[in-house]
Amino acid sequence: MLLIHCPYCEEDRSELEFRWAGEAHIARPENISAISDEEFAEYFFLRNNEKGLTYERWRHIHGCGRFFNAARDTVSDRFLMTYKAGMPKQMLPETGASEETVETYEATEGDAR
Amino acid sequence: MRRYSVFAVAREAMRAHKGWEAQWASPEPRSAYDVIIVGAGGHGLGAAYYLAKEHGITNVAVIEKGWLGGGNTGRNTTIIRSNYLYEESMDIYEHSLKLWEGLSQDLNYNVMYSPRGVMMLSHNTHDMQSFKRHINANRLYGIDNEWLTPEQAKAFVPPLDIAKTARYPINGAALQRRGGTARHDAVAWGYARAASDRGVHIIQNCEVTGIRRGPNGDVLGVETSKGFIGAKKIGVSAAGHSSVVMEMAGVRVPLHSTPLQALVSEPLKPIFPCVVMSNTVHAYISQSDKGELVIGAGTDQYNSYSQTGGLQIITHTLDAICELFPMFRRVKMMRQWGGITDNTPDRSPIQGVTPVPGLFVNCGWGTGGFKATPGSANLFAHLIAKGEPHRLAAGLNLDRFRTGRLIDEAAAAAVAH
Amino acid sequence: MSTSSNSGTFRIKGAGRLTPARTARFTFDGKSYTALEGDTVASALLAHGVHLLGRSFKYHRPRGILSAGPEEPNALIDVSRDAARRQPNVRATVQEVFDGAKIASQNRWPSLKFDVGAINNLFSPFFAAGFYYKTFMWPREAWVKIYEPFIRRAAGLGVAPTEEDPDHYANRYAHCDVLVAGAGVAGLTAALSAAATGQSVFLVDEQPEVGGALHYDTATTIDGQNGYDWAQATAARLKAMPNVTVLTRTTVFGYYNHGFLGLVERVTDHVAKPGKDLPRERLWQVRAKKVVLATGSIERHMVFANNDRPGIMLASAARTFLNHHGVAVGRQVGIYTAHDSAYETAFDLKRAGVSIAAIVDCRADPGEALLAEARGLGISVLSGHSVTDTGGRLRISSMTVARNGGGDARKIAVDALIVSAGWTPSVHLFSQSRGKLRFDDVNQRFLPNIYAQDCVSVGGCNGTDDLAELIDEAIAAGGGSFALSGENRFEWTGGMIGAAEGAGPDTTVKAFVDFQHDVTAKDIRLAVREGMHSIEHIKRFTTNGMASDQGKLSNMHGLAIAAEMLDRPIPQVGLTTFRAPYTPVTYGTLVGHSRGELFDPARKTPMHALEAGEGAEFEDVGNWKRAWYYPKRGEDMLAAVNRECRTVREVAGVFNGSTLGKIEVVGPDAAQFLNLIYTNAWGSLKPGKSRYGIMTREDGFVYDDGVVGRLAEDRFHVTTTTGGAPRVLHHMEDYLQTEFPHLRVWLTSTTEQWAVIAVQGPKAREIIQPFVEGVDISNEAFPHMSVAECSVMGVPARLFRVSFTGELGYEINVPADYGPAVWKAIWERAEPMGACLYGTETMHVLRAEKGYIIVGQDTDGTVTPYDAGLGWAVSSKKPDFVGIRGLKRPDLVREGRKQLVGLLTKDPALVLEEGGQIVADPNQAKPMTMLGHVTSAYWSENCGRSIALALVAGGRARIGETLYVPLKDRTIEVEVTDMVFFDKDGGRIHG
Repeated sequence: MLLIHCPYCEEDRSELEFRWAGEAHIARPENISAISDEEFAEYFFLRNNEKGLTYERWRHIHGCGRFFNAARDTVSDRFLMTYKAGMPKQMLPETGASEETVETYEATEGDAR
Repeated sequence: MRRYSVFAVAREAMRAHKGWEAQWASPEPRSAYDVIIVGAGGHGLGAAYYLAKEHGITNVAVIEKGWLGGGNTGRNTTIIRSNYLYEESMDIYEHSLKLWEGLSQDLNYNVMYSPRGVMMLSHNTHDMQSFKRHINANRLYGIDNEWLTPEQAKAFVPPLDIAKTARYPINGAALQRRGGTARHDAVAWGYARAASDRGVHIIQNCEVTGIRRGPNGDVLGVETSKGFIGAKKIGVSAAGHSSVVMEMAGVRVPLHSTPLQALVSEPLKPIFPCVVMSNTVHAYISQSDKGELVIGAGTDQYNSYSQTGGLQIITHTLDAICELFPMFRRVKMMRQWGGITDNTPDRSPIQGVTPVPGLFVNCGWGTGGFKATPGSANLFAHLIAKGEPHRLAAGLNLDRFRTGRLIDEAAAAAVAH
Repeated sequence: MSTSSNSGTFRIKGAGRLTPARTARFTFDGKSYTALEGDTVASALLAHGVHLLGRSFKYHRPRGILSAGPEEPNALIDVSRDAARRQPNVRATVQEVFDGAKIASQNRWPSLKFDVGAINNLFSPFFAAGFYYKTFMWPREAWVKIYEPFIRRAAGLGVAPTEEDPDHYANRYAHCDVLVAGAGVAGLTAALSAAATGQSVFLVDEQPEVGGALHYDTATTIDGQNGYDWAQATAARLKAMPNVTVLTRTTVFGYYNHGFLGLVERVTDHVAKPGKDLPRERLWQVRAKKVVLATGSIERHMVFANNDRPGIMLASAARTFLNHHGVAVGRQVGIYTAHDSAYETAFDLKRAGVSIAAIVDCRADPGEALLAEARGLGISVLSGHSVTDTGGRLRISSMTVARNGGGDARKIAVDALIVSAGWTPSVHLFSQSRGKLRFDDVNQRFLPNIYAQDCVSVGGCNGTDDLAELIDEAIAAGGGSFALSGENRFEWTGGMIGAAEGAGPDTTVKAFVDFQHDVTAKDIRLAVREGMHSIEHIKRFTTNGMASDQGKLSNMHGLAIAAEMLDRPIPQVGLTTFRAPYTPVTYGTLVGHSRGELFDPARKTPMHALEAGEGAEFEDVGNWKRAWYYPKRGEDMLAAVNRECRTVREVAGVFNGSTLGKIEVVGPDAAQFLNLIYTNAWGSLKPGKSRYGIMTREDGFVYDDGVVGRLAEDRFHVTTTTGGAPRVLHHMEDYLQTEFPHLRVWLTSTTEQWAVIAVQGPKAREIIQPFVEGVDISNEAFPHMSVAECSVMGVPARLFRVSFTGELGYEINVPADYGPAVWKAIWERAEPMGACLYGTETMHVLRAEKGYIIVGQDTDGTVTPYDAGLGWAVSSKKPDFVGIRGLKRPDLVREGRKQLVGLLTKDPALVLEEGGQIVADPNQAKPMTMLGHVTSAYWSENCGRSIALALVAGGRARIGETLYVPLKDRTIEVEVTDMVFFDKDGGRIHG
């Protein structure tokens, strides 16, 4: 169970209090009724699904109720930071496939490549 | 390939099993292949097998980052059924089920397909409406699925609690008798052996790190941890990692990867004869031939590639299992694990051409990919060989997210009122 | 007979720590035995010379006790207090004896000593690893009918309980600064160190007492005391500290993300008569800032021919039974070792008066110190020798010893054989925390390398062998600083992994690697030969390490044999991941209190008890309990519903609408916000009026619906479907907070604040009139779709004139606590007027008679407002709303989409099946082309016939067409109609 820092409550709380809300920083097109089918599909369906550093939204649904953003490593599930909704994307070094990342496969793989 | 049979086993028993050969070859990669398939799970290995068997294309490599069958093929709860609602779904899952029925003989490998019945429990009026919609659609499509009263359900699965006083009493069930289970590893191994026998190269411990494209945008081959390997066509069948691989060719697919957990109990003498599922209380259970109760838990809510998940997902699942089968409360969980499921927005798979010439994709099977293995592999081979989808898989294209012609099995089943 | 001989003839006077006077009686396979308090089932049976405890999984080979701990693969038993309190697959080495315990062996028939299944052992050449993949395929049907049932019957160990478990289980959450897993020397020291700094500490150990290896290792001195005594004194000290929690009989079974650990505490399984208020087990879910792993090591067995006979036992186990339980495991004991630690056992046994047949050491030179000590005790040591076979049927009777490389073979009589191949660091929890291991080439073991969480390994599990070093490491891990002296003579490193001499590549012997699953060295070699080159393939092909001990003993041996066969270094073959739980965990413990009523607590409305008192039957809607219908004496459901339906339209009915979702939308920009969230336009809605609204998501499919009342310019009372309230509020909050944060709007869930009493029917006004104050509810002043704040029975209320029946109707919202009183008063007035109470079923029928849809029944997630015949509710004037673009996608505007229509059966008496599929030609071949399905179907008492709603491809253009609904046993002919079956001109609603 994850431990999540709510940037509004300024506390670490259990995942049970939160709801994941998908990729962050996807703005609804201003002129949504005028965009093409392709643009709509991209806006509504396409997500990055990064292996490594990802920017995502969470809502402290059983707490303050606020949506906020988080930067998390999807391989280690480690949170790198959380920040309030509306703030610009916080740039962080890409950690996804770095050496420090501990990746667990069912078996450790041989190193004789 | 030396045929497997009771006689072969008996002969080997006389000489300490020294005569068995490797089930599949482990060759060094050639410089180029007609077709490269990325991902040696059941779908990828099966596609290679059917390319060779049905389309005469044998200059094929299946490239696997880890070990074959080590992803979701070897981590799932092995449920097989075809009683889906929409025609696009029924087409592919029933095609698959028919192949399951003869797969052991086709591969000369006992995959232990066990049509012990898959029962889905109905707990309320909404469930009943939904199940009867499925049952009627299935029957008119030629797929078996029948309605049982609570008493009939109990007779089929004696441990089931059908007391009206239960928190979510059971008001009936849908049973697909041809549904059941199979031995997951055997599926991967059986396909690997049969494909290898037909000349397919299976390259394990080889990670694809890039997809090289020519001046016209068409595929030239893959960059790997063992160097560049050329290919005229590439089929990506990498489950939870499909987004990552497709991104290498600049193609975005609408997927999100989430951990899905499962667990087994200690081995017990036979007590549970079939597969039981309940969407309302979120439980899936069967008993393996080894005697373990095999239980599928839910997905964690967030994207992750970690193959682990939270304990709360497991406890929630066991709450439901013990509610349905109170006699199992003293049974013990022996092992829990996770896999990475690749989920699409409409919870139906994507199999089709991509904007990149020569690049084909098969992904998005979510929590239901195992049952589709033979059918998906068979139709994916057709797609790669012919360059266009088979009639039975035509609806699974990527374009549906543009047009809005979704195959929304989840929406059709799960909206409560 | 003295007490001590009573508790077993192998009990050694003066040995062990148990009190001879405190006894307990138990039965094993029906025979009664006396044990001492503190015995495990294993030690108690060994004290009586009983070694045969079970049968193996595949070959049904006789098996005894191998270990003295949780790694036990063989001695699995069935433990019961009574018929319902029966537990299969319990490790006899962990289960403490309690007075009255009934113990039974497993996986044998008809008896443990004579087991028919043992015939499998004769056919074992046939049953090599993975043989089932190669056969049982012909004829095809035989797999299902013959082979598989046979395999299934043969599989499994224990028998599952068949009665509901009467015990209960508890659950605790806790937070701490440091959790220490394992209370041996390292764990105790680390806990002491952490506690001294004032941190909150959890010290957890699976055994009944702390001490770990000190249970058997009597030669260790710490702080000048005997090690075991030091451990107990230290635990007492820790327990007395307010910042420390010491949990024994508690296993850390799982190490999850972000410092989250699962612990199971066994509370009563060792107690003869547990208090009724005590839980059987307790699940602890602990969030620790830091974790200290002090989980020690596990001794490995030797892999050689017939190494599985009862009486063959790990050295540390025999030493535990002697030094802790006071039990000798035999009278004439052989030793087979590749490691020093077995010598300690031999010496202790010898000193206790047990005869040692010989120490067979496969090492050429065990070292002069050991040899000298053995000589001094008169024990003969055969170094450079191996045990090549064992004899005996139900218990070992001899070992065959030969010089390494062959020759000089002889048979030596023994009644027990002590084995040790060395020690495997217990890195399970480290691995679960997703740390990465490295292979220690020198000592042939995996050790923690890269940590993924705030965690540190100390002692044996970290490969730290020297006691002084271990103590320093543990003190540092705890964050404190003090000095503690320790001396021992124990060596953890060394030994061997893989098959021993005589079980080498060319033999056909059964040298067991994984006992429970009967995996032998040759099975692993076969797997490699068959192309299984990854350890994960080998594991799955042979099932090595997949038994209930999860490979605690077998993993390293299996790996080494595979590596040798592949001629590759061990790290290149890989190591299977350790998954939770460390040892099996009872489902009931994980479930805790979440059972029955508490499994998923039902939501009940304020009027629930009153409804029940009126005889309501309830149905589950989401997690609500809703009154379904109100049968009078002698009425079945249909009769009750028919009566209710008739009465509402003829007189009136009272209905509980409290479960409807309610959201208060307030703020200067509230109307603008609703304009964006709903497809309808809200600017034109005047305060005091309400309107039916449709909500879509961006994809344009119907998401929810409900009536929205405008109470003031800046205040709306929004209603949602019963099941939809939480997700609708979440959806609204999402847009408000992240897409439209400039709007000044506040959202509040008020679902549970308002009780809702609907009064519907021609006499509705007459019924409520006397209760209503503050608003004129005459038809002229308060027409259909009016809303007002007023008082009802003096209670502040919101009154809607609204109808989901097509009749004159009101919905009275009063604060939830007043709901029962108002409901009661209204019903007391309505009943004598001939009105009825009605439930959800009648509500469904009445709305269907009017063609009103239920979102989620008549729609699913693929239906647009246009499909549902609600295109009028989609504003064409608004520049934007959620769904505006999705609705224009090619597939959503194409011809031939499924549309909601009415269906009338040609035979008015036939009621369609909800979920029935619709076809144009019922005689076509399968797979048929299906046009849609029946979404709602009822007997309409008011229409005197059946009615139905359906989604049909191109439905509205088919009105008047005849279609067919083929059901299982007959095909029903239907006509496509519009959706209104009753009061087509809609006059009654304005009555």
